[in-house]
Amino acid sequence: MGRSNRRGALTFCLLFSLSCGAGDGPRGGHRTVIQNKGSDTLVNVAQAWAEAYGKVNPSVVVSVAGGGSGTGISALINGTVDIANSSRPLSDSEAEAVIQARGVPAQAFVVGYDALAVFVHRDNPLEALTIPQIAEIYGEGGSLDRWEQLGIRVPGCPSGKIVRVSRQNNSGTYTYFAEAVLHKNDYKLGSLDLHGSKDVVDLVSKTPCAIGYSGLAYASTGIKMPCVAREEGAPCIQPTMESAVDGSYPIARPLFMFTAGEPEGAVKAYLDWILSDEGQCILVGKGYAPVRADLPCLGPEKQ
Amino acid sequence: MPPEMDGNSSTYGLEGKGAALRGPEGASRRYGRDWAWWQDKLVASVVFVGGVSAIVFVLGIFAFVTREGLGFILHTMDVREFFGSIAWRPTSLIRPTYGALALIVGTAFVTGLAMVFSVPFSLGAAIFIGEFAKGRVRETLKILVELLAAVPSVVWGFIGMTVMNEFLIRTFGVPVGLNAMNAGLILGLMAAPIMTTIAEDALKAVPDGYREAAEAMGATRWQVVWRVVLPAAKNGLLGAVLLGVGRAFGETMAVLMASGHSIHLPTSPFDSVRALTATIAAELGETAVGSDHYRALFTLGILLFVVTFFINLAADLVVRGVRGGR
Repeated sequence: MGRSNRRGALTFCLLFSLSCGAGDGPRGGHRTVIQNKGSDTLVNVAQAWAEAYGKVNPSVVVSVAGGGSGTGISALINGTVDIANSSRPLSDSEAEAVIQARGVPAQAFVVGYDALAVFVHRDNPLEALTIPQIAEIYGEGGSLDRWEQLGIRVPGCPSGKIVRVSRQNNSGTYTYFAEAVLHKNDYKLGSLDLHGSKDVVDLVSKTPCAIGYSGLAYASTGIKMPCVAREEGAPCIQPTMESAVDGSYPIARPLFMFTAGEPEGAVKAYLDWILSDEGQCILVGKGYAPVRADLPCLGPEKQ
Repeated sequence: MPPEMDGNSSTYGLEGKGAALRGPEGASRRYGRDWAWWQDKLVASVVFVGGVSAIVFVLGIFAFVTREGLGFILHTMDVREFFGSIAWRPTSLIRPTYGALALIVGTAFVTGLAMVFSVPFSLGAAIFIGEFAKGRVRETLKILVELLAAVPSVVWGFIGMTVMNEFLIRTFGVPVGLNAMNAGLILGLMAAPIMTTIAEDALKAVPDGYREAAEAMGATRWQVVWRVVLPAAKNGLLGAVLLGVGRAFGETMAVLMASGHSIHLPTSPFDSVRALTATIAAELGETAVGSDHYRALFTLGILLFVVTFFINLAADLVVRGVRGGR
């Protein structure tokens, strides 16, 4: 809700750009608009960046929209955005399409890291999972479909059935999960394919039988995140920002911003600012892992 | 423009206004094309464009959907897979498959459940409002039924996702509350107002003479309804049900949110299912334009279009039948 309000406010400012903020800046009412669109995983932090940047440089307005990594990349190909947010790298065909349509290759910027948390209802006694176990739950041909098979009994789930909650089949999160956990195998049919990470978290928090996955930043109090081991016998790592940055957590991925060709002018300044200490600390504040660990906001007690 | 037309349009109903504007001398006839004549032409052409636009838009949409989906139907689609397999995996990293069976069955199953819930209630409501209720009760009920139709579908979906999900888990002990039962109940509520309103119109269309004749022969209120009014209105009632089916069949947002959106051939009403409409809504936004996946979704759109077209056509013919026949 808050997100759409902010977006509304931003649109309002775009429409009536003279009446918002300090109109008597050095360049008067002349404003540059940066269009930024893409991954729903990144949309929260992209909004926060856009807002904070409005104070850093009032002559630039950043307009942020979600819709998914694919949507943002399509928009970059069509030339309707300056920066596309994505939670996955460009596919070969997409990279080709950018060159075809824009005449220059796409430039990728890693702006942070996201850890995918696998989570269950808070009453579920499950404490640890391994990647092969998750693949047996979600992957085609996998044998795990009842909680007893993992040796647990879930209160409030008399049927014992594992209700698999997943994402719609073209979200970046879905694709990344298929690659990192299922090793590009297909998903088992019959999962509940919800539209958005927040919906997955909400549903799992209300459904004792359920298991789901989403970006770590979406974790809420209604769910429980078991630790994840790369394989049977490997150390079991809690999904946290620290374990995502140092690479020990097995399901973490880089988050990208793409531009068509080398960025220039306002877009370059914006990307530089995102990678600066200030921009990276905003990312940390939203629950993602930064690109480097020597940030003022990551005090010694946090590391 | 043939000159007779001028005379026609100025004498046609516009005399009063023309005379008032131009005085009592019949000025409009002398000048022929006066302001009222132009106004008449303008309104006529605007109304004509409005009337024709519906046809243009329907044909345009059909042409667009067909153009986008036809390539898939002709080149990529394996008909046996499309109608015989449940494996809808358009983004598979191994091999994309386009089995729509589970989506077709899911849509039919949810629509069927919705009708099981809503037909008895809607027809009952229509009979009560049309034949039994009087005065203020009747007016209040009619307004409330119409208010039910005004609830946006995303609100219904939200109710399904939050309230109904927990209610179904707690009441029936099912593993998850986003299922065909949830979607069916919600769709039933959404289809009920249109069915009630049209069924009530059908009952109203039965001439009072029928009721009076039956009452004169000593029939009770219920006998009049059951033996006389319902048989006389049966085509209209069937039309109402078919329009309700069309409403439930084409609904998207509420089904997407309440059905669980899960590819699964249902064996019980508490299984999660996936609908055709919801699949298009969930996947089209992030699909590369022109890809097989994109065209496959338009093929689902053609299927939906054809089925809803026949449902609506059937409803129309049935309703027309009652008017023509009597």
